[in-house]
Amino acid sequence: MNYEQLLIELISNDNRYFVMTAENRAAMRGITNQIKNNFIDTGITEQTMIGMAAGLALRGRVPIVHALATFLTMRAFEFIRTDVGIPNLPVKIMGSVAGFLSEANGPTHQAIEDVSIMRGIPNMNVFCPADLQDFNLGIKKVLQHDNPFYIRYLNLPNVVEHSEFEIGKAEVFGNGKDIAILVYGMLFTQAFKVKEILEKKGYSVRLLNLRTLKPIDETEILKTVNECKLIVTIEDHFITGGLYSILAELLLRNKKTTEVLPIALMNKWFKPALLNDVLEYEGFTANKLAIKIENYFEEKNF
Amino acid sequence: MSKKNSEEFAKKIRLKTIEMVYKAKASHVGGALSMVDILAALYSGILKYNPRKPKWNERDRFLLSKGHACTSLYATLALSGFFDVAELDNYAKDGSIFLSHASHKIQGVELSTGSLGHALPVGCGLALAAKRKNEKHRIFILLSDGELDEGSNWEAILFAPKHNLDNLTIIIDYNKIQSLGNVKDVLDLEPLSGKLKAFNWQTIEIDGHNHEQIFNALSTLPKQKGIPTAIIAHTIKGKGVDFMESKLLWHYKSPNDEDFRNAIKQIE
Ligand SMILES: Cc1ncc(C[n+]2csc(CCOP(=O)(O)OP(=O)(O)O)c2C)c(N)n1
Ligand SMILES: [Mg+2]
Repeated sequence: MNYEQLLIELISNDNRYFVMTAENRAAMRGITNQIKNNFIDTGITEQTMIGMAAGLALRGRVPIVHALATFLTMRAFEFIRTDVGIPNLPVKIMGSVAGFLSEANGPTHQAIEDVSIMRGIPNMNVFCPADLQDFNLGIKKVLQHDNPFYIRYLNLPNVVEHSEFEIGKAEVFGNGKDIAILVYGMLFTQAFKVKEILEKKGYSVRLLNLRTLKPIDETEILKTVNECKLIVTIEDHFITGGLYSILAELLLRNKKTTEVLPIALMNKWFKPALLNDVLEYEGFTANKLAIKIENYFEEKNF
Repeated sequence: MSKKNSEEFAKKIRLKTIEMVYKAKASHVGGALSMVDILAALYSGILKYNPRKPKWNERDRFLLSKGHACTSLYATLALSGFFDVAELDNYAKDGSIFLSHASHKIQGVELSTGSLGHALPVGCGLALAAKRKNEKHRIFILLSDGELDEGSNWEAILFAPKHNLDNLTIIIDYNKIQSLGNVKDVLDLEPLSGKLKAFNWQTIEIDGHNHEQIFNALSTLPKQKGIPTAIIAHTIKGKGVDFMESKLLWHYKSPNDEDFRNAIKQIE
């Protein structure tokens, strides 16, 4: 099922769903007429749209709001925090072209701090699916959830069959004991290939597709930390406030430490280019990631 | 420079803009073309600048708020001598500083833009700074019409007259089309001139492709001492290429080989 079909199905079964966009219709272009009683394009008004979504939610609607992830999470930040977060309203915030998916645009369009700022809001949850199939498996539960959610929307094809989805549960591949890779969002696809490459070289690897970064699957991560020599976090996000920070907070909370290799964007925006070239430049192709991880692992002499 | 020269200049900017968009398979050609005549006038007699000293303190500051349409600005800057025209070939290439949205890393670009609704607030700050230091340079902000949906603009529009920022001029590229529809259908701005007047701005309406009108409006600033000026430039999105003119499609579409040839033929 594609996203447009999903919206139609949701709305025809439950009139509470209300689709909103700030002049970004990429995700629902074909169905705006069909859902017109449950749809509004507010114009290029990200912050006001969030305010309006809060108003609609106060009247029992479940707004699903759309815009580019940067403008949505950053222009509208205080509206999200104050009007959606404080009253804990079920507004679902769909940020498109987050992370490396912002192709060929400059820093103005790159959302690589979105996870950090969204998860910092009390009551807010964060869902970062790996690909379209993962998105489809999770989205209904996310939309039906009583609390607000930020979603890194994407529609990339899957390279692997995903398993059933549960909010707050990671999807685990393998039970390797040398290296554990923690990943979310579109980089899952690369990470999955990394696992294959490293396994061919004789390493024992496991991979966690985290799916929701908030709530985070603390149990599974602690188990992984206890069982594996090296933990690698991979994210198309600034090093600050994303998965690496989540892991650090989690370890400290449990009075633990371990060997961690964080792979993230270090204090600078990424080079604007098409996706495959970005992955090359920034060192996030499966091959480059695998080399980096292998070198690190070997240096450590476990 | 004369009106005739600036018309010639506009033609060169249009040709270069289309070539850049075509070669890079880029977007936003419609919005880049609608503002060309304004850019041509600004850079051929209105703005005070020195391409060899782009950071010269006494220069007038020009900020392009609609950073998505930066191709024609890049072309204008190159043709005005800020950098080599050949550098435009790097536009939107992997790893180039010529990003598909205006980047301050390029000589002559004052502010990285692309997120709509930023340049006017920043412009108010520049204008305020100049006033407080008693500096004589001026601030020009080019905004698009769909961009006026953003509330940040209206906060700045309230601010500027209150603080007598008559060194600030906004030019609105009123091409009547935004990303997905007509401005009047998405969020109608009308009466735009009435709104700006009600916010205490001096307001002029011109044909944004008529160089004489553009020059007249821009060479008699401020229109009234102590008050910022808003120039509403009525324009045509895609101006200069008949099949692009006023067509929503060309907000985003990139010209193919045939489109490119036809476009060049028309402008030449
Ligand atoms: C804050 C923000 N929201 C959304 C966008 C996406 N966007 C880029 S161009 C555009 C429409 C621009 O239309 P208009 O302002 O009329 O510009 P022009 O017609 O001059 O190209 C939109 C919505 C953006 N760049 N910034
Ligand atoms: Mg417009």
